[in-house]
Amino acid sequence: MLEVSIYRYNPEVDSEPYMQAFSYDTQGKDVMVLDVLEKLKTEDPTLVFRRSCREGVCGSDGVNISGKNGLACITPLSEVVKNNKLVIRPLPGLPVIRDLVIDMTQFYAQYEKIQPYLINNTPAPAIERLQSPEDRAKLDGLYECILCACCSTACPSFWWNPDKFIGPSGLLQAYRFLADSRDTGTEDRLANLDDPFSVFRCHGIMNCVQVCPKGLNPTKAIGHIRSMLLASAA
Amino acid sequence: MANMRTMSFDAVIVGGGGSGMRAALQLAQSGYKTAVITKVFPTRSHTVSAQGGITCAIASDDPNDKWQWHMYDTIKGSDYIGDQEAIEYMCKTGPEAVFELEHMGLPFSRNENGRIYQRPFGGQSKDFGEGGQAARTCAAADRTGHALLHTLYQGNLKNETVFLNEWFAVDLVKNADNAVVGVIAINIETGETVYVKSKATVFATGGAGRIYASTTNAHICTGDGIGMAMRAGFPVQDMEMWQFHPTGIHGAGTLVTEGCRGEGGYLINKDGERFMERYAPNAKDLAGRDVVARSMVQEILAGRGCGENGDHVFLKLDHLGEETLNAKLPGILELSRTFAHADPVVEPIPVVPTCHYMMGGIPTNVDGQALTLDDQGNEQVVEGFYACGEAACVSVHGANRLGGNSLLDLVVFGRASGLFIEKQLREGVELKDATEDDIERAMQVLNRINSSQQGEKASVLRAELQTIMQNHFGVFRRGDFMKEGIEKLKALRPRIENVQLSDTSNAFNTARIEALELQNLLEVAEATAVAAEWRTESRGAHAREDFQERDDKNWLCHSIYLPESQTVAKRDVNFTPKTREAFEPKVRTY
Repeated sequence: MLEVSIYRYNPEVDSEPYMQAFSYDTQGKDVMVLDVLEKLKTEDPTLVFRRSCREGVCGSDGVNISGKNGLACITPLSEVVKNNKLVIRPLPGLPVIRDLVIDMTQFYAQYEKIQPYLINNTPAPAIERLQSPEDRAKLDGLYECILCACCSTACPSFWWNPDKFIGPSGLLQAYRFLADSRDTGTEDRLANLDDPFSVFRCHGIMNCVQVCPKGLNPTKAIGHIRSMLLASAA
Repeated sequence: MANMRTMSFDAVIVGGGGSGMRAALQLAQSGYKTAVITKVFPTRSHTVSAQGGITCAIASDDPNDKWQWHMYDTIKGSDYIGDQEAIEYMCKTGPEAVFELEHMGLPFSRNENGRIYQRPFGGQSKDFGEGGQAARTCAAADRTGHALLHTLYQGNLKNETVFLNEWFAVDLVKNADNAVVGVIAINIETGETVYVKSKATVFATGGAGRIYASTTNAHICTGDGIGMAMRAGFPVQDMEMWQFHPTGIHGAGTLVTEGCRGEGGYLINKDGERFMERYAPNAKDLAGRDVVARSMVQEILAGRGCGENGDHVFLKLDHLGEETLNAKLPGILELSRTFAHADPVVEPIPVVPTCHYMMGGIPTNVDGQALTLDDQGNEQVVEGFYACGEAACVSVHGANRLGGNSLLDLVVFGRASGLFIEKQLREGVELKDATEDDIERAMQVLNRINSSQQGEKASVLRAELQTIMQNHFGVFRRGDFMKEGIEKLKALRPRIENVQLSDTSNAFNTARIEALELQNLLEVAEATAVAAEWRTESRGAHAREDFQERDDKNWLCHSIYLPESQTVAKRDVNFTPKTREAFEPKVRTY
């Protein structure tokens, strides 16, 4: 039997959070962490977590698994179980609503700050705006973000300044639009980011890169934004 | 209910997936007070899982492509019970709707000339079936749904749509005239129940694949809109028509896009034979999904299945080369490695037909207005009530949807609903207010669930329902066996209505949501079962062993399931497109 320890907190009954011990029969199978949670919920319906697609594209089930942020649905036990133990906590750094469900308001607010939509005020053509395959390739590794918050909640700079530092996820998206050949808002976008906190609180710790379940590299994107900011200041 | 809060909007959209957000965008741009009620944060909606693309005659791959060819393919694909006026509207309006998405920033893949990349998909042809395979599916790699959904969310942020995220709609509120005047909804985070009042209520609640044990659908696809409509006494259409996608990953159920076969992949049996050459000599692996799924099951039944239990076949991709796979199908590589432990670069993916899409739904006209039947059986618009996307049956998919047409459906008809509601609101909408009794009636199910201390667990009942549907209403169906399934569902009803709610807390009570979702699954399952047993022919996705032929004389019609009498009625298929003569039914081969 696998020993599973899960963070529990229901604001209506618990004065403080606690870790609850469960056991799970793997039957020798290397299932996903979400399968474990689903099974345990059938035993204890009060256990609360988010989930939707169960295939790693919707970003609902970001949790902290044995110390590392990841998506429960695409993390197999073989990657995270140590000494027959699995520990599941909510993503760190943001308020907990209940059990594994966090309040993501600040995370989304940072996303909204970067104007996450294409800006192009020239009249649109009757067909699509053209874009070369080379220009389109510049968006690879950027547009795939699923807003799961694994990266931002693994980032010490975001923990200290969740209201002022955009965080890796938001900055990855900021660069997704800066890098888009169809976008004409570069000047405006850079001006919005040009302060001591929004971008420059990134200290290159690279936790974001380590945990991103989609294999994206926010630190690299942040580097590009820094270069653009420095170039525009020169 | 005197202490329940009321929130008022001009328009309320239930569902934050592709169709809901497209409708919301239209209304937000028009300046009307619009809210989206969505049980998950919008980008977690199931549209995000769409992979291969959005089919549309934008004439990029072939400068001479015509939307009329797409119309022909779609009608043939529907096995001739798709409404031709609606299909014409979708195929004709499609390019405009797709270009709008591109202008909003959707990162489509590109051709050398800078135009949108299009790939071949099943059931596509040039020149009304005479000109060979077409490549008409516009793609953003194999993450088109993700790219589309995020783009729509971004567009809504720009236009300041009000989002009620992680709110769950429980039931429709109807006034004295049987018009819809909003919904009862729960704020999941706080548990507060609110009457959300609206002049226009749009159901964009998506599909219900979770009625089956094995499905490509997300956990959240529980047919909430269908359940609510049926409980309010409104009919549903063509519910027997469920698409089984040929390539769900064996065991996991996760989807592997038809784009794999579009890019040149093909299916093989245990002898390594490309068996689709026998079943569909021309289109082969790119025949209609119903045809491919049935062929696979026949191979498996004939003992030519793969694996220890011979219960699946293989999808072969390695011959395409690593470079192509990385560029065109990167998401599939990820999914296959994660869920099938197979690296498609060197080995085939184990696949099996898996429940994927609900062709049926709430019957609507082209403007998204929901339809019902009056006492004389005449069609009638339900004032204040709209549906679009997978929850609706407009009907552009008929008995079998073509790949890539769901994203087009949701964008085109989300947009059309928005445009029509905008016009209605401008002209002025007068609906009688709901009385206390009307609201109390809409609270019945929630009140029952909230006070249900006895009964069985939702998880147990749900699993039982899914097993019944999987066993009795799968790819191949038989009358006596379906009757047995219907009896089992009847016996299950009182148990599901009496589901236990052991968690009574307010904050983020997902046990309560799952108990409510279970009520909706039951309604969908029942409509599916009764309509499937009723249609004594084989057409599109509905394949009967006891009635193997298509029967146009008796069954060239929609089914309309009437929840109050639990009976089924026939409804005429539309054969009057506006710009050309109708496509008459022909024998359907690929």
